[in-house]
Amino acid sequence: MNKRRSIQAKQGRAGWMFLAPATILIFIMSFWPMIQAFIISLKKGSSANMTWQEPLYHNYERILQDTTFKTAMGNTFLYLLVEVPIMLILAILLAQILNNRDLKFRGLFRTMVFMPCAVSLVSYALIFKSLFATQGLINSALMHLGLISENINWLGTTATARAVIIIGLIWRWTGYNMVFYLAGLQNIEYSVYEAAKIDGANGWKTFWSITVPLLKPTIVMTVIMSINGTLQLFDESVNLTNGGPANTTITMSHYIWNMSLGQGVAKFGYASALAFVVFIMVGILAFINMKVGDTRD
Amino acid sequence: MTKTKKNSSAIQRRLIPSYIFLIIVCFISVFPIYWMLTAATNTSYDVSQGRIVFGGYALENFKALLKAASDSSKASLARVMWNSFLYAGLQTIISIFICSLAGYGFELYHDKNKDRLFGVLLLAMMIPGVATLIPLFTMMSRLHLLSTAAAFFLPGIATPFMIMMFRQNSRNFPTDIMEAARLDGLSEFAIFFRMYMPVMRSTYAAAAVICFMNAWNAYMWPRAVMTDNRAMTMQMLVANLSNGYTVDYGLLMMGVLFCSIPTMLIFFILQKQFAEGITGAVK
Repeated sequence: MNKRRSIQAKQGRAGWMFLAPATILIFIMSFWPMIQAFIISLKKGSSANMTWQEPLYHNYERILQDTTFKTAMGNTFLYLLVEVPIMLILAILLAQILNNRDLKFRGLFRTMVFMPCAVSLVSYALIFKSLFATQGLINSALMHLGLISENINWLGTTATARAVIIIGLIWRWTGYNMVFYLAGLQNIEYSVYEAAKIDGANGWKTFWSITVPLLKPTIVMTVIMSINGTLQLFDESVNLTNGGPANTTITMSHYIWNMSLGQGVAKFGYASALAFVVFIMVGILAFINMKVGDTRD
Repeated sequence: MTKTKKNSSAIQRRLIPSYIFLIIVCFISVFPIYWMLTAATNTSYDVSQGRIVFGGYALENFKALLKAASDSSKASLARVMWNSFLYAGLQTIISIFICSLAGYGFELYHDKNKDRLFGVLLLAMMIPGVATLIPLFTMMSRLHLLSTAAAFFLPGIATPFMIMMFRQNSRNFPTDIMEAARLDGLSEFAIFFRMYMPVMRSTYAAAAVICFMNAWNAYMWPRAVMTDNRAMTMQMLVANLSNGYTVDYGLLMMGVLFCSIPTMLIFFILQKQFAEGITGAVK
């Protein structure tokens, strides 16, 4: 071990050379822009001729009066609080079921549950937009079943449009998260389950007292990833509802996009202030999550 | 023999609720994709009438897609497809090279400072794409890189996720090989190219699959920097198809189909690598 250490010390310079390209790129393409975003957030005007705001925090002050951003924030947290728990519980359940060696056609089932991941975010948003269109398949199916007497304007009504986005998100990401849980379950010795079975524990009890505790690190990680992803939702908001009706389903990223590059308004300063707020939120939520994940033992 | 048979049929009977649940979930998972395929072969009218079987209108939809592509991108569908392949391909190759170098360096040459640096790089994961959008856009515009492949891939090639994936997987790389190679007089870089890369090819495959998928599916960033219509990607093209007041569903789903062909093929052929790529960094 000591010998290995000394060799490592000698090879140290080569080691740094290996890291250099990626490290430099991450600094230039992530950290530096983040600092710049903060600087821009204190300015007004657009791209070439920006001047300091007076007072400097003016853009942040404006956020407090911005009702659209409040809606966007509310939407994002609504998607977060409704979608993430449903999706993750479904994913764990599916992983648990598919991990059972007595189950037939496991590979086939797994492939089918996983399949939505093969479709891009833009593509699935457009598929769902078409399925839930006023003249779409969902309405005609409900009509045929006699459940509704006239077409529902799914995407034109705030509540249903939000529901469609949530349904879409669950559809697209459940299989993705299941893959993590399946990988996590494979690390659990199968004999643990056999022992539980012999002890007479039923499926539900096994699930809560063996699967969930042993999967805890994976669960913490998927929760962080889901929070991170949900706070950054963009493709769905743009392509499924275009934020509508009247910006009531818009997400934070979509709103920032509209403020900066999307609709030719180019309010770079204000948009950067909004973006910085999102960054802080992601950071705080990830931090809380890691703390919770750490101390529950 | 009869006892185990009886046992297994009892087990299967107990699994009936699981099967029912799985069949429902699988139906919901697969149906929208199946519907997309059928809609691509039907007229828009038939689609809105609720037709869910394959039709004979695929060629017309394809021709309409060709026309829509040349109308909206001033380039052909082939050009847009090629753009997407080129950008995603370049991003994948450069990314797995640079990130594997870093992952290798962080794991096999690790010391306190490098571990600290790694911790710092991980913080980049928390930075939302939309937060760096404006500075990066300005940067690309100042460097006159807008609408070039470089603008597409530069922010995406070095990611903490990829580095972490290579770092974790490098744990399995036997260090005695390195020692032996050093005794043979191989330079540190030669060891990487001649020993590490071949040994780690399954990690490279998983990384390449996930990287290609992400690059192919990218939407916000390309929409920001690929300002010239001739530099358009497939995601941008299909998103444009649904912007009109009247949507031609057959045409739209044909576009979605083309957008999904590469990712679908990868999914079915390299599913194992894809799954490994998703979970790659958390082993």
